Amino acid sequence: MRWLLIKDLQILRRSPLQAFLLIAYPVLIAVLVGFAISRSPEKPRVAFLNEVPSDARVSVGTSQLPKVGVSGRICRRVECVPVESHAEALEEVRSGDVLAALILPADLVDRLNSLSTPSPQTPEVEVIVNEEDPVKARLVNDRIDSLLTQANLVIAQRIAHEGGRFVGLVVHGGQFKVLGQAIPILGLGNTTRILLALRATLPAGALRDSLDQVLRFTALTRNNLGTASTLLTRLSQPIEVDKQVVNASTPPLEVFAIAVAATFTLAFVTVLLVAGSLALEREENAFPRLTRGLVSPTGLLTEKVALGLIAGLLVTLLMLAGLSPFVPLHWGRIGLWLIAILASGAALGTAGAALGAAAREVRAVSLLAFMVTLPIAFLSLIPSGTVGPHLYDAIKLIAALFPFKPSLQAMTGALDPGGPSIAAALLHLAILIAAYGLLARIALRRFSAV
Amino acid sequence: MEARGLVKRYGDREALRGVSLDAAAGELVAIIGPNGAGKTTLLSILAGISKPDGGEVHVPEGEVGWVPQQAALYRRLTVEENLLLFARLEKHPDPHASLEEMLELTGLGERRTEIVARLSGGNQQRINIAIGLLARPSVLLLDEPSVGLDPRQRARLWEFVSALAEGRGTAVIFSTHDIQEAERYGGRLLVLADGEALFDGSAGALREVVRREAPEAADQDFETAFVAFLHHRGH
Repeated sequence: MRWLLIKDLQILRRSPLQAFLLIAYPVLIAVLVGFAISRSPEKPRVAFLNEVPSDARVSVGTSQLPKVGVSGRICRRVECVPVESHAEALEEVRSGDVLAALILPADLVDRLNSLSTPSPQTPEVEVIVNEEDPVKARLVNDRIDSLLTQANLVIAQRIAHEGGRFVGLVVHGGQFKVLGQAIPILGLGNTTRILLALRATLPAGALRDSLDQVLRFTALTRNNLGTASTLLTRLSQPIEVDKQVVNASTPPLEVFAIAVAATFTLAFVTVLLVAGSLALEREENAFPRLTRGLVSPTGLLTEKVALGLIAGLLVTLLMLAGLSPFVPLHWGRIGLWLIAILASGAALGTAGAALGAAAREVRAVSLLAFMVTLPIAFLSLIPSGTVGPHLYDAIKLIAALFPFKPSLQAMTGALDPGGPSIAAALLHLAILIAAYGLLARIALRRFSAV
Repeated sequence: MEARGLVKRYGDREALRGVSLDAAAGELVAIIGPNGAGKTTLLSILAGISKPDGGEVHVPEGEVGWVPQQAALYRRLTVEENLLLFARLEKHPDPHASLEEMLELTGLGERRTEIVARLSGGNQQRINIAIGLLARPSVLLLDEPSVGLDPRQRARLWEFVSALAEGRGTAVIFSTHDIQEAERYGGRLLVLADGEALFDGSAGALREVVRREAPEAADQDFETAFVAFLHHRGH
């Protein structure tokens, strides 16, 4: 087996372009896929024009709310690109430099303040989006809706807070400032105490009965207004999320992206190399000569899988090492990485051997390997809930029959402690190794046909 | 080597129908016949690549060397890398000595470091045969060894094969479409047609049979006589 392995490496060395493509192409695809996954638009670039005068305040009744700081909150959720004018905002969106533009017009606060007047005007903000493609349009709309909901929530919370303060003044009394002057507010509590003191001085009769009615009213009002503050707070955010996490195996997004990239690389290198080198034995007519007693068919399969495994291990480790300066990886878990890579490589290699036994020519086998590996790899990345339940069940079944998904689970589990169980993935891979090994061994019988 | 009553079926078609063959040490046996006669099937059974559905094969002690019709070697490796690889796979005690011996035998010593793909078809066939000889077989099976070779290369090939039979006592069984070649180099001829053995004997004996069965072709060249023989036997 050693000499066959050396022979395959010599052949690979003699075809530098082929070897380069075999390694470079999967790494390129892997890095692109990983980049695409990790660069989901968490903080999209949004042009931001705030025309609201800096001294404008939202008023509730006769008092002004403290500065809400909507722009600061928005710019924490998106990457704000400050612009000076409406035209500049439009140009930024049109050129594609930003995903959208958000413009807070100068009369926004005036319109907000008009809501408590007899002639209310609807406050509006202006949003400019470039809907050049439907996916981007949906993304932008979702993001803007989310931002505006956040902004409305912030304002509502401020108003609710101020409203609660006023209610507190009515219930407990205190100082209320209007135009720089402090006005004392008696409050329902103090009113009750005064009335009770007054009642003690009154003889029984109609006047005391009337006072008792006033006392009952103030007690009732005080009790009910006591809950009003809580109600106002709940009004701004009536529903709270009670999130229960199932299948809690979510590593950080960038680690998942690295796992995807590593698995892509490993899958393409091993499947293509094993399938191609096995087909080469047939293309060169060497298979019958080899299996006439020089090497057993099982020995030949093992050699091919070992070849794919060695190449896949080296390329994957090099890729991980190359990415580690950019993404923090747990190098202390390298033992688990090796186990995951070796198990995944063996499963992918045996799948490659089964594919390699399916056709006579290396070119046909390479095409077949691409046509099988690429769509299954993408199918394996489809999350639940994004397609119909029956279609997802079908996708899950197909993905489970090919080693890509369990390899991805093993790699994710190996790379990050928050990943899925590596033991379950290894068991899955072991079953696939046995199944594809048997399939490849049966398929090899076709090689012997003269 | 001795084979008795070999039968091979591919579905409903019988590729071999009770064919028997033997070859003694140092003997050159040519298998001839029209396309689809069963020549390659017979050789692949003798080589152990294919299993017969009936009959039995007795091989002498030692290896049976097999040289397939299409060169079975690695075209991206050099001449010496190919020979060394197969010598190592044959578990030859001294692979390098075996390499040197084969390079001398094939006359390719000066081209040992050349990539096989850059060699002519004739030279590739010489390496193909040399690989079949690495195990020092007592029987050598050659499936149409001279296909694609020019006359000079063909002559060198047969000089080489004849030397093996005479010098080493190797029993050589080869198939060919070239009837003149079979007459010239085959000490014995086995004529196959539609999976059936029609004749087993020397070229002279075949001509005698033709003289009896198709006298009009008896004095023609050997190929014409052979075609007349097949025609007379219904093929």
